[in-house]
Amino acid sequence: MSVFAVSAYVFFFAGAMGHDSAFTFHALLASAASLAAAGVILNRYYERPAQLPPAQINGRPNYNLGPIKFASVLAMFWGIAGFSIGLLIASQLAWPALNFDLPWTSFGRLRPLHTSAVIFAFGGNVLIATSFYVVQKTCRTRLAGDLAPWFVVVGYNFFIVIAGTGYLFGVTQSKEYAEPEWYADLWLTIVWITYLMVFLATLLKRKEPHIFVANWFYLAFIVTIAVLHLGNNPALPVSVFGSKSYIAWGGVQDAMFQWWYGHNAVGFFLTAGFLAIMYYFIPKRAERPVYSYRLSIIHFWALIFLYIWAGPHHLHYTALPDWTQTLGMTFSIMLWMPSWGGMINGLMTLSGAWDKLRTDPVLRMLVVSVAFYGMATFEGPTMAIKVVNSLSHYTDWTVGHVHSGALGWVGFVSFGALYCLIPWLWNRQLYSLKLVNWHFWIATIGIVLYISAMWVSGILQGLMWRAYTSLGFLEYSFIESVEAMHPFYIIRAAGGALFLIGALIMAANLWMTVNAQEVDQIQDARALQVAE
Amino acid sequence: MSLWNRHKVFEKNSIILIAGILAVIAVGGLVEITPLFYLKSTIEAVDGVRPYTPLELAGRNIYVREGCYLCHSQMIRPLRDEVERYGHYSLAAESMYDHPFQWGSKRTGPDLARVGGKYSDEWHVTHLINPRAIVPQSVMPGYPSLVNTEVDLTDMVAHLRTNRLIGVPYTEDQIKNAVADLKTQLDPDSANVESFQKRYPKAAVRNFDGRAGNPTELDALVAYLQMLGTLIDFKLYDEKANLR
Repeated sequence: MSVFAVSAYVFFFAGAMGHDSAFTFHALLASAASLAAAGVILNRYYERPAQLPPAQINGRPNYNLGPIKFASVLAMFWGIAGFSIGLLIASQLAWPALNFDLPWTSFGRLRPLHTSAVIFAFGGNVLIATSFYVVQKTCRTRLAGDLAPWFVVVGYNFFIVIAGTGYLFGVTQSKEYAEPEWYADLWLTIVWITYLMVFLATLLKRKEPHIFVANWFYLAFIVTIAVLHLGNNPALPVSVFGSKSYIAWGGVQDAMFQWWYGHNAVGFFLTAGFLAIMYYFIPKRAERPVYSYRLSIIHFWALIFLYIWAGPHHLHYTALPDWTQTLGMTFSIMLWMPSWGGMINGLMTLSGAWDKLRTDPVLRMLVVSVAFYGMATFEGPTMAIKVVNSLSHYTDWTVGHVHSGALGWVGFVSFGALYCLIPWLWNRQLYSLKLVNWHFWIATIGIVLYISAMWVSGILQGLMWRAYTSLGFLEYSFIESVEAMHPFYIIRAAGGALFLIGALIMAANLWMTVNAQEVDQIQDARALQVAE
Repeated sequence: MSLWNRHKVFEKNSIILIAGILAVIAVGGLVEITPLFYLKSTIEAVDGVRPYTPLELAGRNIYVREGCYLCHSQMIRPLRDEVERYGHYSLAAESMYDHPFQWGSKRTGPDLARVGGKYSDEWHVTHLINPRAIVPQSVMPGYPSLVNTEVDLTDMVAHLRTNRLIGVPYTEDQIKNAVADLKTQLDPDSANVESFQKRYPKAAVRNFDGRAGNPTELDALVAYLQMLGTLIDFKLYDEKANLR
């Protein structure tokens, strides 16, 4: 607590010294947050005797669900915020007047806000919530630490606020998916190490002899993200009281570090972490064991070994040495195998329970997410082949590919997990399966519109850029290719709008779920009726 | 069968599992990244490449701040159509002083690696304020606020010094004169032009935004855009010198 009290003072001082308004704002925010944290801890200390909550109640583990509830509610909130900003910037590309010619509403500042909101805020909170849930349940023990899990969820979301408001002020490192400046990066490092410690300590005190497969994936995700974050972000601030810094790496080396990071943010944040969700929630929902244990062993090690090599496929035909590009391409193609191995493992878990796809839209969402995973991980290696990449790179095809993975795989598997998790956490029955069904179909149509529009526009763009007339001149000026994109940008925005509508239906459904009666009470009431 | 049993050591011991994960993920990164720090093709020095002038650096920081890299690449690939559309393919040396690199990964707008000198200053000024005034079909945001925002001069020396600490070879002379050099580059009548151009060979000196008054962000950004890709004289560049 005293740590927070001291940091409140230090940040207030830093705020007063700030060289730019964004830095001052963030320092004051940090000061207020530290003060609030100190207050909450003090209050908690007075309200409760100075002893830890029991690890067990009546011989059953006393699971720590508070931080998980917090993270899952925020996941839903950030998800809707992130999808909305996505819709706005998609519309800006169709109708540039929507940039309003103001610095803080221009595409260049909102685009990182969109990507960070959906990947790190939405995805990150889903990952933290599910990992804390799964590790407790599969280790049959209470989450390690008392304040530490709360520090992780609150601290992580504070990072999101700092990063997000920073983008609006133009505070950015301009490294894709690693935009937050040095002080936000430092804060994230502290939070992330705590996250790793909580997760690891919970594994260490497990009551089960084996570590469940989902936890391997969670652990690989947490550890590797820490390594990537530290490797990609070393920067020297111009002043310790200013937001601007210069990254230690330059030119080619910076490019390679960036895409080693960038591609493995996909590989470990958006894949390994969400595969962990697949390995817990699909078997649980389908009430079937994981299809093949050996396949999961191969899947795990092959996936994490091969993924790390794939980064250079973002730099084909650039000034990066040719051999590095070729290595990146080769490993990207090999990556197809473990990806599909994992997909098969997830899908075949439904053996003997396929009929549930008809009756349970939540399970259908989870299964379709795995199908999208399979599709995106086939498309990815294809695009990593140099000849294909010479056409697809720099075009909307890449954007479409990312979104078939992000909306179809990450989005749907997260929605499926939240539809399971929220009723479990609050001990409620899901309000309406019919609404889940509506969500599923509206979002699916949205995804199809989105990715097919981007296929057409991306390939069209690539072909227009390289088209020659019979006399040997370039056929199209650049702006002609921009003009040709207009209808597809409108279709894409429409697809995004449908996806957002689906998420709003979901939020309403979960809101009704949480506000309903507890399951035990319903059962009690029924029992009473029968007795009468 | 025994092999599957041996995997139990990872399943039953979280510390061994974490060590295994670290070992497995280390390989790819080490193999692909380490050589880039000593291979000739990635650290090649090419005549003409120099650190940014203070004004260009300030402009580059605006380019970074506004997220221009999200729609504009700065990396011309050695493909026929790209070389014909944009100019000579990009060399590693051309971004060696770029912290961070700005190669980009999306071309919603055209590549800018060699945009320098392609259009007039007036074109850039008009286009940055309202892109559709010049290119009606453009989807680029307008940046009218650059006109009235002055360049923050207070930290200029610290900016150059920070760059030197991470490997950009700014001299003590360049660092000391950072603020003066920034102003000189906008004023062809200044007495310091000669010494400025000695410090930054072939740097263009003119009033980039065409407006009187203190250095604005528009000045800086246009100065940066107008020098992009102009440092190397490709009539003299020997691409065979780099063959392995």
